[in-house]
Amino acid sequence: MITLHQIKNILNDIRPESVEELAQQAAQLTRQQFGRAISLYGPLYLSNFCSSHCTYCGFHSQNKIQRIKLNPEQYRKEMQFIHAQGIRNILMLTGESYKHTPVTYLKEAALIASEYFQGIALEVHPMETTEYKELFTAGVDGIAVYQETYDRSRYAQVHLSGYKKDYDFRYATPRRAAEAGMRQISLGILLGLSDVATDVFALYEHLRDLEKSFPGVEYSVSFPRLRTVKTESLAVCDVDDVQFVKIIALTRLLFPRVGINLSTREEPQLRDHLLEIGITRMSAGSNTSVGGYTLLEEKEQDPQFDIKDERSVDEIIKLLKSKNFDPVFTDWRHIENSL
Amino acid sequence: MTDTPLVIAGKSFTSRFLLGTGKFKNKQDLSDSIIAGKSEIVTVALRRIDLERHEENILEYIPPHVTLLTNTSGARNAQEAVRIARLAKASGCGNWVKIEVINDSKYLLPDNQETIKATEILAAEGFVVLPYISPDLYTARALVKAGAATVMPLGSFIGSNQGLKTKEFIQVLINEIDLPIVVDAGIGAPSQAAEAMEMGAAAVLANTAVATAQNPAMLAHAFALAVEAGRMAYLSGLPLKHSIANASSPLTGFLYDNAPSN
Repeated sequence: MITLHQIKNILNDIRPESVEELAQQAAQLTRQQFGRAISLYGPLYLSNFCSSHCTYCGFHSQNKIQRIKLNPEQYRKEMQFIHAQGIRNILMLTGESYKHTPVTYLKEAALIASEYFQGIALEVHPMETTEYKELFTAGVDGIAVYQETYDRSRYAQVHLSGYKKDYDFRYATPRRAAEAGMRQISLGILLGLSDVATDVFALYEHLRDLEKSFPGVEYSVSFPRLRTVKTESLAVCDVDDVQFVKIIALTRLLFPRVGINLSTREEPQLRDHLLEIGITRMSAGSNTSVGGYTLLEEKEQDPQFDIKDERSVDEIIKLLKSKNFDPVFTDWRHIENSL
Repeated sequence: MTDTPLVIAGKSFTSRFLLGTGKFKNKQDLSDSIIAGKSEIVTVALRRIDLERHEENILEYIPPHVTLLTNTSGARNAQEAVRIARLAKASGCGNWVKIEVINDSKYLLPDNQETIKATEILAAEGFVVLPYISPDLYTARALVKAGAATVMPLGSFIGSNQGLKTKEFIQVLINEIDLPIVVDAGIGAPSQAAEAMEMGAAAVLANTAVATAQNPAMLAHAFALAVEAGRMAYLSGLPLKHSIANASSPLTGFLYDNAPSN
């Protein structure tokens, strides 16, 4: 396995040929493993109630924004909208609130989602294995839980209160989700929150550890870059595009079969180039506000973060096809999940 | 010399080249490759079939004369493979199923034990079952008992284009198992497909190599030719390779020496 020192050397190497070489190798490996298929998913924000105070997030508990939690009738409407656009994999998100979005709430959302979608994933507060089991049997196949940073002291600085403050509980979350039978687990770091090389190295270690214990899980990773909503920047180091490309490429080289997600946070032009290098999954038609698809006027919305790429699902499909990619809407067929 | 058709579960096929449908950059390339490769059996992952969207439905790109072999990609155990196969049948995808049970997302090696279990259940339900395995004699024998229609051993890691890394083990299956042996996975070039056919494999399945080629249809055609060439070579009674020169009989030559013994 790669050492921290090696990662640092790679990220610090400023020669253009070094990034090109990495990108070439990664692109070749990506094509061999995934062809030119790009899986698409649609995010659905169910609630922005949050009991955690994470300094970088627009939904955090201290922020005076309008708090909304969709009821079943409302999220059904949002699901119908997303489904009508052709999306078959859904990622349902909430703020971190056991109180407002407990397992019962999420279970109901999953059951309704399974009427419309083939793949259902959640990005919500960390839970216990028994709770993940309940969600799995209700039709949830995937869990996304990002550590944000693996630097404990920095973690404590930016996670001031709430459940998310507990580093170890969060770290062990993918393990609990896997134990409960989840098929897909997504890890991630918020690039820029702490020293990048150290975080990338720790993410790789986390992933390796999980792969050994739960080889049957399909893993994917996300590398959102730190952006702030309506407040000052919190990044301790800026990850420029060159470093960003290197991180994507290096991840592909070290984990040939692992999915790499790209979020709508990146500029369209960069997204399009990254598709060639190592990306295998992307969101489409994203709206990061609760009720943002069908319920709210744009001026009423407080998004979790500002979206840089606002292209519709149809535009994304056209773009992928024009670049010789095959947009994949279904990469799972919903079956009864049993323990 | 004329060949007999490939017979699987009572159905005859002229082509011995099966094609997988993953990783193509667009569905037209897939369609062109099926035609150029003259494939009569094409495998599709149920999880990639979107029945609701006409223009995106992969099945629309598979010619009607082709036998659809739905695969259980994504199944991690026998139970899930069985559910996927049943769902495929209920969705109108027919009852030919390639069992893929993979509980390792890194190496993508099939779980032979779970594959046997799924084969037993599905064959008993009337499915035509083509199980994908790591080549192993005991597994293959168990699959015969379980009612499999073929045995599909992997040549090397799926998608690796490494060819017949498991050659000797596949040869054992060809020698010992009275079902068509279809070499699946790892076949990255027509020469490798020909090699498998020369050994006596009944058919070859390729996917990644074709799907990721610059010109997929042309490579599919090349595969078809190679499979045919390999098959002819096999039928011709290809002389065996010898690992060492054997010009004389150093151990037994004395028996035929004319020199008088005392």
